Amino acid sequence: MAGPARLTREDVAHVASLARLHLTEDELELYTHQLAEVLDHAADVASLDLHGVAPTAHAMAVTNVLRTDEPHPCLDRDEVLAQAPSVEDHRFRVPRILGEAP
Amino acid sequence: MTGPRPALETAAMVRAGEEQAVDVLEHHLAVIEAGEESVHAFNLVTVDLARAQARAVDATVAAGGDPGPLAGVPVALKDNMCTRGVPTTCSSRILDGWRPPYDATVVTRLTEAGALLIGKTNMDEFAMGSSTESSAFGTTRNPHDTTRVPGGSSGGSAAAVAAGFAPLAIGSDTGGSIRQPAALCGVVGMKPTYGTVSRYGLVAFASSLDQIGPFATSVADAALLFDVIGGHDPLDSTSLNRPTPRVLSVLDDGVDGMTVGVLAELLEGAAPDVVERVSQAAEALAAAGARVEEVSVPEVTLGLSAYYLIAPGEASSNLARYDGVRYGLRVDAEDTVAMNTATRSEGFGPEVKRRIMLGTYVLSAGYMDAYYNQALRVRTRIIEGFDAAYTRCDVLLGPTAPTTAFAIGAKVDDPLAMYLSDVCTIPSNLAGHPAISVPFGPGADGLPVGVQVLGPALSEGTLFRVATVIESAAPLLAAPRITTGTRA
Repeated sequence: MAGPARLTREDVAHVASLARLHLTEDELELYTHQLAEVLDHAADVASLDLHGVAPTAHAMAVTNVLRTDEPHPCLDRDEVLAQAPSVEDHRFRVPRILGEAP
Repeated sequence: MTGPRPALETAAMVRAGEEQAVDVLEHHLAVIEAGEESVHAFNLVTVDLARAQARAVDATVAAGGDPGPLAGVPVALKDNMCTRGVPTTCSSRILDGWRPPYDATVVTRLTEAGALLIGKTNMDEFAMGSSTESSAFGTTRNPHDTTRVPGGSSGGSAAAVAAGFAPLAIGSDTGGSIRQPAALCGVVGMKPTYGTVSRYGLVAFASSLDQIGPFATSVADAALLFDVIGGHDPLDSTSLNRPTPRVLSVLDDGVDGMTVGVLAELLEGAAPDVVERVSQAAEALAAAGARVEEVSVPEVTLGLSAYYLIAPGEASSNLARYDGVRYGLRVDAEDTVAMNTATRSEGFGPEVKRRIMLGTYVLSAGYMDAYYNQALRVRTRIIEGFDAAYTRCDVLLGPTAPTTAFAIGAKVDDPLAMYLSDVCTIPSNLAGHPAISVPFGPGADGLPVGVQVLGPALSEGTLFRVATVIESAAPLLAAPRITTGTRA
């Protein structure tokens, strides 16, 4: 199995926007080089024929972890909100999320 | 009180009323005062909290009660574990000043056991690194040579124990972040089986790999600490609901009749002086009655690549929560997406950005199967390789790190070279297995070498028995000498 195509500067710019990171031109250059180097190293994994091998997401997987459905105290609202950068009426306040201000 | 004293001894004396917890604490605060400027092990020394805990321990003893197995023992806590009302930064500007609204389960267990939480230790930002140099708050320096790194990511915890700032410390290990700094700082460090120590309140890096574990100056003290922090926790859905191995009681059971496999793949690429120390440790185990043979698990050579696809993938998802909305830093902007972007761009350092982008890339459409899913299949193969070795061997032996501590700055501009520091420790994380690093004398440069014992899931008892034998045969390592107030 051939490995994927080499990482480009455009890939890095796209990934940065998906990850909500703004990169300067210099950072874009540097990260393209560094990430490509790591992915080149990973070619040993990417090029293996592992057809039929089941993936392992968790080495010690436990399933159906449930608790009894009983109410119990949760985190203190005021203590939680006290850590937020901006709060209004007991809610987290954020800048506008749509195209026009309300 | 002079010099480092075992935590076991301190706890016994405090419980018996022969020594006050407040005096134990003040001694350690004085050691910190003298050496911290040179080492920078801590992001925060929690003087008031520890003093309050010490007074409570002494009051319990005075009233005829038992404060617990860690009575009056100062414990340093890696700064990625939540402490209610006490800043928890992950050494990142994005969490600077955040005070968690709850305690991590390990914090609760330590407090209930009578420990004194003496401080929050420096680390690589969000535990991403192998040298503590990616911390936003400055590098921790190795107490054995302050021009060298302490390793990472739990470098502050390892350095704190090596410098005598605290007899015990807690770290987290995602790809070697307890064992590698333990080796580089000449202390004992152990990564338990995945799921044996609760991750509740541990700030997530790579959830399927992260595991909390102990640092100590001796195997016995590490066992004491592991017995306190281990055990099922309903607050962590990945916590194993089965008996956790107890280790303190089996330490001296020896290795007679055990089969120890020297893992050939871990020796490849290790420095000759490090390989020599591993051979000497193997000889010591043979002399104590173990059968020693060379073993090959070829799959582990794929561990590094698999890890640097899986861990960044999980990290990119976990770190999506730092959006400037609910806690930590916010950089204001005209709309929410711009605010998210400005906050993350300013709040995260270069290594964290690198891993988030790598992870986002390997999880993105078109690349997920080639990289991420492929790495998960390699993970299966690594587990199968270990399983085959453990049909013949009780434990495996190798170096913890390929070299002794490297110079500060030597690898910061070369991420791949830095990642290679974890090559010996990563396979255990991918397999979910326990492993322990035991100091085994100096290398050619006089700096500490760590020997690593690896075992199958829930083999902690066996690991600690083997570690005890190795420790008893370890060549003498000079104690760190920190020049007060200045760099050595």
